[in-house]
Amino acid sequence: MNEDGFIEPAPAVTFAEELARLPFDRLLEAAATASGARVEGALATSPVERTLDDFAALLSPAAGERLEDLAAASRRLTVARFGRTMRMYAPLYLSNECLTTCAYCGFARELPIARKTLSPQETLKEARYLLRQGFRSILLLTGEHERLTGVDFLEERIRLLAEEVPQLTIEVQVWSEPEYCRLVEAGCEGTVIYQETYHPDTYAKVHLAGRKRRYRWRLLGPERAARAGMRRVGIGALWGLHEDWRYEAVAVAAHAAFLQRNYWRTQVSVSVPRLRPSAAGFQPGTPVSDRDLAQVVCALRLFLPDAGLVLSTREAPAVRDGLARIGITHMSAGSHTEPGGYEHPKEAAEQFEIADVRSTEEVAERLREMGYDVVWEDWARVTPRVESALAGR
Amino acid sequence: MASHDPLVIAGREFASRLIVGTGKFGSFEVMRDALEASRTEIVTVALRRVDLEATGGPDILEFIDPDRYLLLPNTSGAMDAEEAVRIANLARAAGMPAWVKLEVTPEPRYLLPDPVETLKAAEALVKGGFTVLPYINADPVLAKRLEEVGCATVMPLGSWIGSNKGIRTCEAVQIIVEQATVPVVVDAGLGAPSHAAEAMEMGVDAVLVNTAIAIAGDPVEMAGAFRLGVEAGRRAFLAGKPAERDVAEASSPLTGFLEGT
Amino acid sequence: MRVVANGKPREVGPGATVEDLIRFVGLDPQYVIVEHNGEALERKRYGEARLTEGDRLELVRAVAGG
Repeated sequence: MNEDGFIEPAPAVTFAEELARLPFDRLLEAAATASGARVEGALATSPVERTLDDFAALLSPAAGERLEDLAAASRRLTVARFGRTMRMYAPLYLSNECLTTCAYCGFARELPIARKTLSPQETLKEARYLLRQGFRSILLLTGEHERLTGVDFLEERIRLLAEEVPQLTIEVQVWSEPEYCRLVEAGCEGTVIYQETYHPDTYAKVHLAGRKRRYRWRLLGPERAARAGMRRVGIGALWGLHEDWRYEAVAVAAHAAFLQRNYWRTQVSVSVPRLRPSAAGFQPGTPVSDRDLAQVVCALRLFLPDAGLVLSTREAPAVRDGLARIGITHMSAGSHTEPGGYEHPKEAAEQFEIADVRSTEEVAERLREMGYDVVWEDWARVTPRVESALAGR
Repeated sequence: MASHDPLVIAGREFASRLIVGTGKFGSFEVMRDALEASRTEIVTVALRRVDLEATGGPDILEFIDPDRYLLLPNTSGAMDAEEAVRIANLARAAGMPAWVKLEVTPEPRYLLPDPVETLKAAEALVKGGFTVLPYINADPVLAKRLEEVGCATVMPLGSWIGSNKGIRTCEAVQIIVEQATVPVVVDAGLGAPSHAAEAMEMGVDAVLVNTAIAIAGDPVEMAGAFRLGVEAGRRAFLAGKPAERDVAEASSPLTGFLEGT
Repeated sequence: MRVVANGKPREVGPGATVEDLIRFVGLDPQYVIVEHNGEALERKRYGEARLTEGDRLELVRAVAGG
């Protein structure tokens, strides 16, 4: 294993090098000042030929004035590639223990909050609650605590749940490639790693203490996970941390394109989370407006026709329903962000406040009204249990 | 526009994005002049057993200046991976560059490449220290697999060898270009400079042309025309070719939910 | 002494080298590629590689090809 956590032979080029080479000056200039004609050109270009420069133009104020046209093009592409479907998932917080201080996070180390790590029995109870709601895809989350929620812990919980849950993904600490291999082997199908912010200075400013301060280690996490055999890898920036959302958009789009090109066996998805209120009391310097968020979703879709675009319950119902028609392909619903929160709401501290408090069934019903097929399961692992069921034993 | 825009293969820079094959020319002299007119810097040759009953006459290598052109031996005639590796080893032992255009074409009518044997041979040759440029069908997954075993380029066919039909595989080549992290060279089937320009406009990094130049009425003139076609296509690609327009879809407003926010 | 060159038996004198054989059949060693008993032979060794009874040789050259 090399110092970036890759099994040797390590990849010749990583996204860290690619990011360092990106012509940010030119791209941000285009994102700030592209003309109407340049936006027209970017819209008219066929999806496979769109470049990062086209993407930057689609982020511009001039493109913002044509948001309805962007949305129409984005919707066409989304329907062409994904059909009128929405894939559903639910978060399951295993623990809010954390040794890292992120200025914006409700789990940060020194916050005097009610801490909890689910026992195996509690974990199963929460998962079964979600299965009864209809979910078949569950995202497991923890804080950053090396000892309490390390690889051994995750491996054990994944093995426990894999018997009952068809699709398990994780959003946890960032691991080395051999560690990801263990989690894949245990039955983990995908990994979500938000870089939070791609801007190194802002990253250093909001990650005050703990292992998460290592920007490069986190940046290369998705590559390690993909090499380890994760079928799905999700990335994202936490909108509102860095003052210029266009910078984050360019970086995250370049990251997704890099992963698609280099790790072609892996399905890449991009999340578009905006900062929400939490116990940390962090105020975003420059909030990202609903219009900005809609423009980001359109631009991402137009640049990345095949990428999953993910939206959580951080957003209010009207925004969620609106973005679902434009380009979102994966949604959570009925979420709790505190460990144990499905069976016992509010006993432990939550990571952030959710904004869409509709029940899972209400969200699903609304999506059906809008003409969507609500998909709970689109992939199944063949476990010995499934095999015997198929064989009629 | 982009005055310095070299083709880079395995760390080596080439000013020309046209690779020229030496087959089917009427004479070595015409071939030499056509190479010159094309401004190519990479020239392919094949290897064959000498007919010991009919030796004599000039050797093709007398007409290809090794200081000016990178000599790229191909493995044509190989029916499987083992034969391809054997041919490549022979060429290297004889002092040719350790570069090889890998062709495994057991199918005699269209000379279509065998993907399984090609991948096997590529892996062995890369391990043996060769710079490998594999000729393949326009198969995006195979292209990725070859890239993963360490090939320096991938060379998807435009259409069958010698068919002069142009880039009939454009949709698949487009995907290969989109995904590739090594140069993509369209090899085979380009019958006219306009075909070469079309391929370059799509963003492929280089093209390989042989038959269309060699069997033209005036091969030297045609070689120059291909040079211009490749250059025109490359410059159009760098300039950002305007695309065809989509037809708009009428629908209810999609951004109405943003009113008042 | 008999060797097999490109599939046909051929008589060579005792102590002959690969280079002697190449010149004997009328070829220029700088343009000939040699496989000696199944192994690619480096060009610089043509003059020192001695032939022995029953050796199999493949003499190959570059030809036109795309």
